[in-house]
Amino acid sequence: MHPAPSIILFTTLSGLGFGMLAFLGLDVPAPRGWTAFAFFAIAYALAGGGLIFSTFHLGHPERALKAFSQWRSSWLSREAWLAVVTLALMGLYALGLVFFDTRLRIFGIPGGLLALATVFATSMIYMQMRSVPRWNHWSPPVLFLAYALSGGALMTGRVTPAIVLLIAAGIIQVIAWVDQDRREGASDTTLATATGLGDRGQVRVFEPPHTGANYLTNEMVFRVGRRHANALKIISISLAVVLPVLLLLLPFHHLLAALAALCHLAGVLVQRWVFFAEARHVVGLYYER
Amino acid sequence: MTTLPTHTEKSLGLVIDLDTCVGCHACVTACKGWNTENYGAPLADSDAYGADPVGSFLNRVHSFEVQPDDGAAQLYHFPKSCLHCADAPCVTVCPTGASYKRVEDGIVLVNESDCIGCGLCAWACPYGAREMDPSEKVMKKCTLCVDRIYNENLPEEDREPACVRTCPVGARHFGDFADPESDVSKLVAERGGIELMPEQGTAPVNRYLPPRPKDEAPDFDVLAPFLEPVDEEPHGFLGWLDRTLSKVS
Repeated sequence: MHPAPSIILFTTLSGLGFGMLAFLGLDVPAPRGWTAFAFFAIAYALAGGGLIFSTFHLGHPERALKAFSQWRSSWLSREAWLAVVTLALMGLYALGLVFFDTRLRIFGIPGGLLALATVFATSMIYMQMRSVPRWNHWSPPVLFLAYALSGGALMTGRVTPAIVLLIAAGIIQVIAWVDQDRREGASDTTLATATGLGDRGQVRVFEPPHTGANYLTNEMVFRVGRRHANALKIISISLAVVLPVLLLLLPFHHLLAALAALCHLAGVLVQRWVFFAEARHVVGLYYER
Repeated sequence: MTTLPTHTEKSLGLVIDLDTCVGCHACVTACKGWNTENYGAPLADSDAYGADPVGSFLNRVHSFEVQPDDGAAQLYHFPKSCLHCADAPCVTVCPTGASYKRVEDGIVLVNESDCIGCGLCAWACPYGAREMDPSEKVMKKCTLCVDRIYNENLPEEDREPACVRTCPVGARHFGDFADPESDVSKLVAERGGIELMPEQGTAPVNRYLPPRPKDEAPDFDVLAPFLEPVDEEPHGFLGWLDRTLSKVS
């Protein structure tokens, strides 16, 4: 799949922002006053900024409000609703913490849970794609939530939970990479079933329908990433998990924590790039020689 | 609504005969022509005369080679367009309701004024039947020529999809699969029409007629009876001539 920068930035930044909101809403002690303001400002910048990036890949962003209409069937629509409701509830919760030194649990707890539900809805957009075997797998929801929670703990300064969650996310990630390879290899969609000609011999692409590229080959038959996938996976897990954990194990300093957060962010960006670039859409069977 | 109808009154679709298709791409051209001039945004091309032309098409003809265990490889031309699936994954992922499957005839359409161009439906389709228009930035797909098949301004013989109407070899057929007595249903029953990627669970309406086995070449020369060898021992006048000439030479 084509790793569009807008979608990579969106899933990474929003995941981190909603992970922060989950910790801010659910975990105690909640920050108060200007400290709370700083945390919420960062969380909203990440979550909201990510959502703004997501509109950059739309052909008609001016019609984006229509995306709220199909929550009964579409995960993208559900994600839109969950994001907006989360941001509204957490805004009220933040007002209480920042200005009134009051923890309004009535907003914080549902807001925190809905923040996680938003990340889950994002991941379901990918998991539901039967046409992309690597995504049609347990891993997208588990991974997206693991990254959101570990990043959220890291960004809200919960050192011990952050270390535990980062290590857990790293272990889940390695298992997921291995099992995604298995899932893709075990896909029962082949050129034989794609053409229905498999019962009469070995099918191969003789010639494509046209000499140039098209929307399908540009969007869904992306090849570049797979060649460097293993190197990128090592870079990603080093930046997202190993380095932040080492930095957090050092005596606490705000500068080290900030460095850990930046490393984590860079690592998740690389992870998302691989997540898209490595995934093969079955339509590639019709085109790849 | 992007929830799928549980039942459609008709189930319109295409049958494509892989035994007959010669890969001339006339259906591709007819489709591009009709759908550029009629329903919805025109099918755009970008850099059409430049070094890197890209355009949106609703129908494309692939070519595949099949190598049997023994014998020569065979080439099949393979037109591919939207299969108007009963369980269309492209419809349910649409966040705006722009994609829908019609209850009256089962055609899967895009309401272009509601499409935000997110591309999710194209991801969801395993067949690559949807393409984003490079100019209009809305999703384009086969409409089964919904603006021809019911169009009373057209002569009756033209009220079928442009690809079917134009196919010079009659490899494409249009009809209602919900009616077991329709021509397409009979063709599918007779020829064992197949679904593409049945394991994807999309329940496609369109069917492909698999190529029938080729005739076996006989291992004797069919003209042999007409080319009997010349008589080795001629009799009569020819015999006398043969003997006489043999003595002279």
